[in-house]
Amino acid sequence: LSAPLVPSAPAALRSLPPPAAVGVLHATRPLHTTQQCPAPLPPLPEKGGEVRYGLIPEEFFQFLYPKTGVTGPYMLGTGLLLYFLSKEIYVINHETVAAACILSVIIYGVKKFGSDVAAFADKLNEEKVAKALAVKNEAIKDLETAIEQEKKEQWRVEGRSYLFDAKRNNIAMLLETNYRERLLTVYNEVKKRLDYQVAMQNLKRQKEQDHMIQWVEKNVIQSITPQQQKESIAKCILDLKALSKSAQAA
Amino acid sequence: GPLSERHLMDVRLGELPSWLATCNFSPQGLLGGVQKAWNSYYDKYINVKRGGPAGISMLLAGYCLLSYGWNYQHIKCHRWRKYH
Repeated sequence: LSAPLVPSAPAALRSLPPPAAVGVLHATRPLHTTQQCPAPLPPLPEKGGEVRYGLIPEEFFQFLYPKTGVTGPYMLGTGLLLYFLSKEIYVINHETVAAACILSVIIYGVKKFGSDVAAFADKLNEEKVAKALAVKNEAIKDLETAIEQEKKEQWRVEGRSYLFDAKRNNIAMLLETNYRERLLTVYNEVKKRLDYQVAMQNLKRQKEQDHMIQWVEKNVIQSITPQQQKESIAKCILDLKALSKSAQAA
Repeated sequence: GPLSERHLMDVRLGELPSWLATCNFSPQGLLGGVQKAWNSYYDKYINVKRGGPAGISMLLAGYCLLSYGWNYQHIKCHRWRKYH
């Protein structure tokens, strides 16, 4: 049933148009176009960009240093501040007082508790990184043990020939044993039959002998008449007397 | 390098108009510029192992200045002196 179908199946498959999925896939989403980057990601920088007084980046000071020296930016800042105050571009009102209070509280808080919070955050980070590292090391160890086991298996494969030789020897021994057992059985059976024949012959001869002896005895006894019996008994008594005389004489 | 690929900080004053001409002022371009600026700020001051208050304090200071500027017309009414 299936045999005539099978040769026709490839032909039917060949007659179908090539699958369109490959072309569609190629058009919508090319895979593996960017270069694979094998190196690990660069680590995060230790410290951020330098910032003076928490507000102004260090690059500003460096930018002004060649022309105005060290005090340049501070002069600029003081001048700007006085200008804003005098022209009342910065107006002093209730918000100034509020800002001053809030800023002082914030600065006090940061100065007092900043390092503790930083240490706590660093600890959290450390734990995260340590967990990830542990997972990675675990995976590496597992893979290494797997590699070792694989190598061991490969080494074991080399001992195939010994294994097969031993098995072959075992089988040969089994065959030999079986063959000898059968030989012994044959021998025993044949011996039994021959013994039977011999016993039969012996028995037959024995029976014949016994029968003949009996028959001869019977006939002899029958042939002994009473006259002969008396004569033989008298002769025996005479012989006995003669013997006893000779025995007495000796 | 070529003018269009330099950062703003590396552009000299005389070349500023031509640099501005090479900029992409479409919405996507502006959005891309904002994204790049934020990413560079973020990578420099916030996305570090041991940052300090500098990362957000500069953002807060910028926000204070901006809000002062937006409310300046209202604050001008509370000036102390009439003539400056």
